[in-house]
Amino acid sequence: MQKEKIINRFREVARAPYPYLQKLKKKTGKALIGSTCAFTPEEFILAAGAHPFRIFGESESLSGADAHIQAYGCSMVRGMLEDGLSGKLEFLDGVVFPHACDSIQRLSDIWRLNIKSLHFDVLLPVKLDSPLAKSYFTDVLKRFRKDLEKALEVEITEEALKEAVALMNNLRRRLIRLYGLQSERPGILSGSDLSAVVKAAMVMEKQETVTLLDDLLEALENEPFSQRPPKRILISGSICSHPDIYQMIEGKGAVVVWDDLCSGSRYFEGLAAEDKEPVEAVTGRFTERYVCPAKHLGVKFQMENLKKLVKEHKIDGILFMLLKFCEPFSFDYPDIKTGLEQMEIPFLLVEMDRHNEVDEQMRTRIDTMLEIL
Amino acid sequence: MAGRLKATKKMKSIMKWYYVEAKYARYLGKKVAWITSGGPVEPLIAMNIIPVYPENHGAMIGASKMGGKMSEFAEGLGYSSDVCSYTKNDITSSITKESPIKGGLPEPDMLICSNNICGTVLKWYEIQARKFNVPLFIYDTPFVHTEFTEEARAYVNAQTEEYIKFLEKHTGKKFNYKKMKRVGKLSLEAMRLWKKVLETAEHKPSPMTAFDAFFHLALIVTLRGKKVVVKYYRQLLKELEERNKNNIGAVDNEQYRLLWDNLPIWFRMRWLSEKFASHGAALVADTYTQAWCGVIDYVNEEDFLSTMGEAYTRIHLNVGVDQMADTIKKFIRQYDVDGLVMHSNRSCKPYSFGQYDIQNLLQDEDIPVLMIEADMTDERKFSESQAEARIDAFMEVIKQRKREKK
Ligand code: SF4
Ligand code: SF4
Repeated sequence: MQKEKIINRFREVARAPYPYLQKLKKKTGKALIGSTCAFTPEEFILAAGAHPFRIFGESESLSGADAHIQAYGCSMVRGMLEDGLSGKLEFLDGVVFPHACDSIQRLSDIWRLNIKSLHFDVLLPVKLDSPLAKSYFTDVLKRFRKDLEKALEVEITEEALKEAVALMNNLRRRLIRLYGLQSERPGILSGSDLSAVVKAAMVMEKQETVTLLDDLLEALENEPFSQRPPKRILISGSICSHPDIYQMIEGKGAVVVWDDLCSGSRYFEGLAAEDKEPVEAVTGRFTERYVCPAKHLGVKFQMENLKKLVKEHKIDGILFMLLKFCEPFSFDYPDIKTGLEQMEIPFLLVEMDRHNEVDEQMRTRIDTMLEIL
Repeated sequence: MAGRLKATKKMKSIMKWYYVEAKYARYLGKKVAWITSGGPVEPLIAMNIIPVYPENHGAMIGASKMGGKMSEFAEGLGYSSDVCSYTKNDITSSITKESPIKGGLPEPDMLICSNNICGTVLKWYEIQARKFNVPLFIYDTPFVHTEFTEEARAYVNAQTEEYIKFLEKHTGKKFNYKKMKRVGKLSLEAMRLWKKVLETAEHKPSPMTAFDAFFHLALIVTLRGKKVVVKYYRQLLKELEERNKNNIGAVDNEQYRLLWDNLPIWFRMRWLSEKFASHGAALVADTYTQAWCGVIDYVNEEDFLSTMGEAYTRIHLNVGVDQMADTIKKFIRQYDVDGLVMHSNRSCKPYSFGQYDIQNLLQDEDIPVLMIEADMTDERKFSESQAEARIDAFMEVIKQRKREKK
């Protein structure tokens, strides 16, 4: 397939994930299991013959959610709830709530009390850096496996689980390669397209995504590339799906070459070991790959990780995109800020709502930062 | 007028000496551990380590009306204006040493954090572990949405052992299991007494209000496991029972009884208490102070350590919204209340999200509910005139209903 055509496909799913999922359900008859956080062990859902996808919270208005979660909840949690309450997710069979932040925890309760669907709480540990926590993590996954089997009335075989591990790894490898290409040849894809690809990959049928990504990678690898090296930007935070922001950055001769977002690299970072027993392999991936701020992997992990990314991808500037009211991410910021000031790397914090437009003030602030580079 | 509880003075003196001891811990050859309010403190007491509670300090900062200013300072460092103000108070105070206690909290030798109250404390203690460069122990308590699982039980129990090893390592001393037994018993006894103290409010008129409970709570939070706590609550209990015998109510002419949900609004305690009293209403119970005696049934008196994990995992803030609603239902009957006042606390998301659903779950109780928007220490997030208007309207509803019922 042609590059443009493939990208269009990704764009389309990213723009309207729910119609895609509805069609998928009709076509395959598979149970659709939504997830609320990147800590969802999708391998198990795949092995149960169901289809996992990330719920992003597509609704613009939040009138239904307002009756359940105060306005000081982050727009991600409120948006997801709104989708559930408003019937937008009617096609959905179940939802997975991995233990993440306080807000998602309460979202799980509220969802269970108000929306009819299969409900899976995956009570993961918060500290991941102890052998004890690892063995508990494995126990939790085993329970999730049983819960899925019971709820979907299937058996999750070792074989199927192994296949799912391999499939997810295949998907991750391709996304890693795609990001790698962007870092090697910045601007080979526009930032908003790259973000659309990952978002779509979190929604689409996994094998279909792998095939599409193969075509896309092939097209990109063979493309001649001769661009003046632009300024290299990293976006850090939880989620960023504002195409405008990428455009603004590119308009100033800079390119987003990497991110550590839940809607970006946090989804595909780290592979599960295929030579291991699959439950152990999934545990290993989640406890050893780089982690989300709602989890604990030592007290300096976030800073160290960011430093590593800056070095690896020769970052010129960092844009922190934090959702308003988000505790885990925002608590890490001040110490990281101090660290970056010492390293003399320009950065900018933008706090926003997912549903907000990028306003003039924000535009000016981003412009100013880009000009300093 | 009932006047002040006599025990109040005693309590102030106990707290004063506690902070003095903590301040001079180094000279006494003792270590200081900072610990979260729901954290397992008993092993510290058994090891002669002095526990210090930044949250209790945060409450004091709030009550001294320093909270808004201190949050603002932290925001200047880059902390968001939308996150827990206890955390921001602590971060500020540990830098500026501003505090209602002279010189602020004594610096920690170690940090003990249990996430049974929230995920916020995890981030908070990571920040302070970096600042003070001291070891951090996380007592990780899986959330109990609907069930306390077997694997969660095994996990927390194993962490109890891990915790003890951590303490042995950082004090260089062997853990004293014998003393632990005594401490465990004392802790349980203190919880039982605290429960009895709170239950004196079943009496009509109630000898105490939630505002008293917020104040007298400090000891069960900070020093449970110590003899002085048991002694103190015995005295307090006696005084309250005395009041009940003589039908002395904390609020003059108590006509309406209310239940409070969430943390106090520390900087408006007096105002709120007078406001409600002016309507003849007494806040007779609350979900917050009850948290320190809500898990008594899970504790094994003879072997505290063996059930410590379960008890700390199943506290009020670590369970599902429907279980929280059940607890509230129980209190509504137990204390025979006419209305529920919910503090929608911008600082505390795990306590506040779900309050609307609790209201829905209470529909059969047929009880008026008032929601007050505020923050436990940040006065910038509170509008007195708005709260006043809402309280007045709410009390009108309650009065009317009571008239109709007659
Ligand atoms: S953005 Fe923050 S508060 Fe919202 S769901 Fe993610 S971690 Fe939780
Ligand atoms: S007020 Fe709430 S968020 Fe803050 S430390 Fe206490 S439980 Fe955690």
